Amino acid sequence: MYVIRRVGVFAFSVFAASVLVFTVMSILPGDPAQVMLGTQATPEAVDALRTELGLDRSLPVQYLDWASGAVRGDLGTSPFSGQDITPQIIDRLKVTIPLAVMAMALTILISFPLGVYAAARHRRFGDNVVSIVSQLGLAVPAFWAGLLLVTVFAVGYRWFPASGFPGWDVSVWQSLKSLFLPSVSLAIVQSAIITRYVRSAVLETLREDYIRTARSKGLTRSAALWRHGLRNAAIPVLTILGLQFAALTAGTVVIESVFVLPGLGKMLLDGITRRDLPLVQGGAFTIAVLILGLNLAVDLTYRLIDPRVSEQ
Amino acid sequence: MTGRAPSAETPRTERRRSRWRRLNLGLGLGIVLTVIVVALISFVWTPFDPEHIDASKRLLGVGEQGHLLGTDQFGRDLFSGIMVGARTALFVGILAVGIAVMIGIPIGGFAAARRGWVEDVVMRASDVVYAFPPVLLAILLVAAVSPGTGSAMVAIGIAYVPIVARVTRGAALSVFQLDFVSAARSYGRGNAYIFVRHVLPNIASVLIVQMTILFALAILAEAALSFLGIGTQPPTPSWGRSLRDAQTFLQLSPRLAIWPGVAIAVTVLGFNLLGDGLRDALDPRLEVRRT
Repeated sequence: MYVIRRVGVFAFSVFAASVLVFTVMSILPGDPAQVMLGTQATPEAVDALRTELGLDRSLPVQYLDWASGAVRGDLGTSPFSGQDITPQIIDRLKVTIPLAVMAMALTILISFPLGVYAAARHRRFGDNVVSIVSQLGLAVPAFWAGLLLVTVFAVGYRWFPASGFPGWDVSVWQSLKSLFLPSVSLAIVQSAIITRYVRSAVLETLREDYIRTARSKGLTRSAALWRHGLRNAAIPVLTILGLQFAALTAGTVVIESVFVLPGLGKMLLDGITRRDLPLVQGGAFTIAVLILGLNLAVDLTYRLIDPRVSEQ
Repeated sequence: MTGRAPSAETPRTERRRSRWRRLNLGLGLGIVLTVIVVALISFVWTPFDPEHIDASKRLLGVGEQGHLLGTDQFGRDLFSGIMVGARTALFVGILAVGIAVMIGIPIGGFAAARRGWVEDVVMRASDVVYAFPPVLLAILLVAAVSPGTGSAMVAIGIAYVPIVARVTRGAALSVFQLDFVSAARSYGRGNAYIFVRHVLPNIASVLIVQMTILFALAILAEAALSFLGIGTQPPTPSWGRSLRDAQTFLQLSPRLAIWPGVAIAVTVLGFNLLGDGLRDALDPRLEVRRT
């Protein structure tokens, strides 16, 4: 029952997101027909093309046309390049998804040990140090971190490329290398956030009765923490990781610009500057579906690992 | 090592905690006031004209020819630019948070007061917007209008509406259950009156903390949008846009990429510390959204 309802909510959200994206894009000034023909075109030619593209139809009809294509995985054609949008987006995802996954992996690698350590040293020196570091991490804009990393490790030491992406089929190693600095920039900010959540989640479980029971049967503090605390703390942390993955997607838009990576975010931004409306629409909708799908996955996983989650 | 659970407070940790809390609050307040004062001073005085271009003074180093932080690629004084940039940052924060609060609080309050299907519709709608990262939403909204400080502020503000609405609703729900609300109802007060007169004062601390954090997030968002070239436009100085310009000169003068970033980070740190300090002082159990 829960699963069905949750999937229903997902479907509704995707529908709502598609309406939202379509509406926002419809307000956009700039006529795709005009963009295709350039400023020199005669009004008659523009009108003819508008008719051909179906832009003279009412907005609900245009929406239905676009949405029925989107359901079949066809997001239309870019008036700017004349190419199909869906294959372009898939191409771009090959950069953005590895970037986001790498950033998330780094985030987990940094924030889990720090958060658990801070909780174990609650209100002692180590906890305060972690708290100061995460406070600084929260204040640093990811794109600035990126600029500084480029300055030191690309311009200064030349260990990593400052920008660009060779492509997976050219060189997997070089591609991974060019994603490294961008994912570190994203991970700095994310780690600051996640560390705080891990810390408070672990602290929360350490207050539970079963920890006291474990301690009273002779487990040391750290043994009780490892055996019972961490597994229980994992549940709220997982939820936050899912939410933060969405924030990470927004982060990639900015970071891809810093490192000139051919990802979805860069495509979106280029589309905006070129007024390539259908491309922006398709890209934004793809991101929305990714985020909503991820939230769905988190909620369902949540239920799998924690049977206590009741039907509410 | 004692056998206590870590949450149990000994007098010593309690003392340490309150000292720590005051440090957060004091430092945050100090930074925020400094930024405000700098922004105000920049209206009447800056060491140099921040927009004055002088080709003979291009890319001066720190302290050269009286330029405290040196000059940029056009010979403009960096320190003056950063002073004026504080105005933009604060202005954006005030307006974005103002818009978010002005729309979000009534929506959240309405949902909490009415319950039932009204609440469901309002909250489902806000869930959808909430699923979008605010910065991404702001980028799309700015694209829908036109680049500039004005549209960036409005876009950031609108993107934060669901956050404010959720926080307001969550906090207001429990207050609406309290006896003094029933009392007010019993002598005929309407929902709007009850919300403003009785509920709002009781959830003010939650909202103030969330607003302070949103202020920090708005400054970060404006910096990101301006860095992407769709936020503040020249000649209005913006820390984010300075960093965009600096990126072009990274090989030649990496120094340019440092100071505007420091300005952003310190300001954001100040608001975050202030928010955390206020939370600890007002209601330590509060959860605040940070992205």
